Amino acid sequence: MKPGTKLKSVVCDTEVMVIRGNSDGIVACGGATMVDERPAERGAIDPAFADGTRMGKRYVDAGGTVELLCVKQGAGSLSLDGVALVTKDAKPLPASD
Amino acid sequence: MNISLFLQMAADTDADRIALVCDGRRWSYGALYRAAQGAARSIRASKTWHVALLDESSEASAIALFGAAIAGIPYVPLNYRLADADLGALLARIAPAYIIGDVERIGRLSADAGHAAWSRNGFVREAEAHADGPELDETAETIAIQLFTSGTTAAPKAAVLRHSNLVSYILGTVEFGSAPEDDAALVCVPPYHIAGIAALLSSVYAMRRILMLPAFDPDAWLALVAAERATNAFVVPTMLARIVTAMDANAPGDIASLRAIAYGGGRMPIELIDRALDLFPDTDFTNAYGLTETSSTVALLGPEDHRAAHRADDEEIRARLSSVGRPLPTIELEIRDENGKVLPVGERGEIYVRGDQVSGEYKERSALDAAGWFPTRDAGWIDAEGYLFLAGRADDVIVRGGENISPGEIEDVLLTHAAIADAAAVAVASAEWGEAVGIALACRPEHARPGEAELRALIRNRLRSSRVPERIVFVDTLPYNEMGKLLRRQVRKLFEG
Repeated sequence: MKPGTKLKSVVCDTEVMVIRGNSDGIVACGGATMVDERPAERGAIDPAFADGTRMGKRYVDAGGTVELLCVKQGAGSLSLDGVALVTKDAKPLPASD
Repeated sequence: MNISLFLQMAADTDADRIALVCDGRRWSYGALYRAAQGAARSIRASKTWHVALLDESSEASAIALFGAAIAGIPYVPLNYRLADADLGALLARIAPAYIIGDVERIGRLSADAGHAAWSRNGFVREAEAHADGPELDETAETIAIQLFTSGTTAAPKAAVLRHSNLVSYILGTVEFGSAPEDDAALVCVPPYHIAGIAALLSSVYAMRRILMLPAFDPDAWLALVAAERATNAFVVPTMLARIVTAMDANAPGDIASLRAIAYGGGRMPIELIDRALDLFPDTDFTNAYGLTETSSTVALLGPEDHRAAHRADDEEIRARLSSVGRPLPTIELEIRDENGKVLPVGERGEIYVRGDQVSGEYKERSALDAAGWFPTRDAGWIDAEGYLFLAGRADDVIVRGGENISPGEIEDVLLTHAAIADAAAVAVASAEWGEAVGIALACRPEHARPGEAELRALIRNRLRSSRVPERIVFVDTLPYNEMGKLLRRQVRKLFEG
């Protein structure tokens, strides 16, 4: 996955931008593989991946191979090869500019 | 990746929130994003190669920055204070360009270069007129910004910042939408300074209201803080000095809203920051060190360090007021000698940085080494607790008989003398040593001018005999550029002939 690529959920409104993509694994949202262009039909969310995404949050896997920025939030949650991604916070710094 | 994403995300999240206030007009995030899209349509239709700004900060600078990003054309804010000949040379280097600002000057200096020139108001009207229009294709352009360096030592270089550098800087240091709705950041640095651009990007991503002050004036600054309840501001040291003077002359209005002041862009005199900490007892001060080539900040001295160092008895803690703090956790920083060897704690050398936000790239060439490190040409050292201290530009080092002398250490000692208001140490030609130390001093009017023997003894006692100046001149004031950078080239001329 090339940094800058946008991926869309096929089961909810979620859209992410790839920040880092050093993995050949499958990125999914709501349990369904994410795609470049959303199909007309929307599928059902897997209840195991239904915690939702949050605008502006970054999502990473434990190994740090994948980092996704949520640019549109939705009801599904993100995973890599079936393992849920977790949020990564910006380092809390005093506003410097 | 594209920095316009930040504005799009803010507009998607809360289109009605106020994004920007300038000269009394208020722009919501939705309106600002629509204007940026309109600007992008106009820019693309012009078939130009750069989008330039020859103007002070205003809503037009924000619309141009994001409009250029959406259009996929590099944005080049120009220094409108440059002399005609220097500005004309830059206009030729970016032709053909879509230029916003001083239409008369563009026509006079660069008439046949194929530029599309717009006045500030004309451009804003044009952008709003095209806010609705055909869908804009995403761009593959990777360069976001091209900034000409200030050229205090040589002809200006065109530093290139890619979208990926700026996106990395913002994502690493700002949490999206983290600003409460009543937060407001006062931006008064010129649009051609990296701090002005970083301020726009950080505030938009935090969804903080931006208060644009087109031309800095201390009374206008204080009035805007009071009128708009500003919570954050960035200033360069000379601006802070003028604000302090204005506050001494006239009691300002209610400025209690000001929670945080960040500063950078030049050397902060310790007595000025001490005075500011007294005048703003409840305000958080942050010193930010960074370069154009590093997408702004790479090290920070935070509010707690400021308050701890202010009036501290412990010399080492007190000294931190003159440090630029610790490196950001998202970058790496090393001090190296001239052979590239990494130096231990406490030793002066050149500052090297590495990280995704570091571009280190010029239009002509990349300055990064094979492992991705950028030599900043700034000299400095790190103390045992990891605090970074600057010691001038690496090019400013005085080489006396093979010994490297940093001007900063001599200047720091001179400034401890009650009669000395400002000091600069530079290399002067010496038949015996190749180079030796020359010092230029500005004295306080209320004090008697100190004798040369006294000054030499001061330096010999505090430093080493090699630091003792061979030549001493007295001046009314030292030469600075408009951003508060000491013009050492001009100081050196004082010793010529």
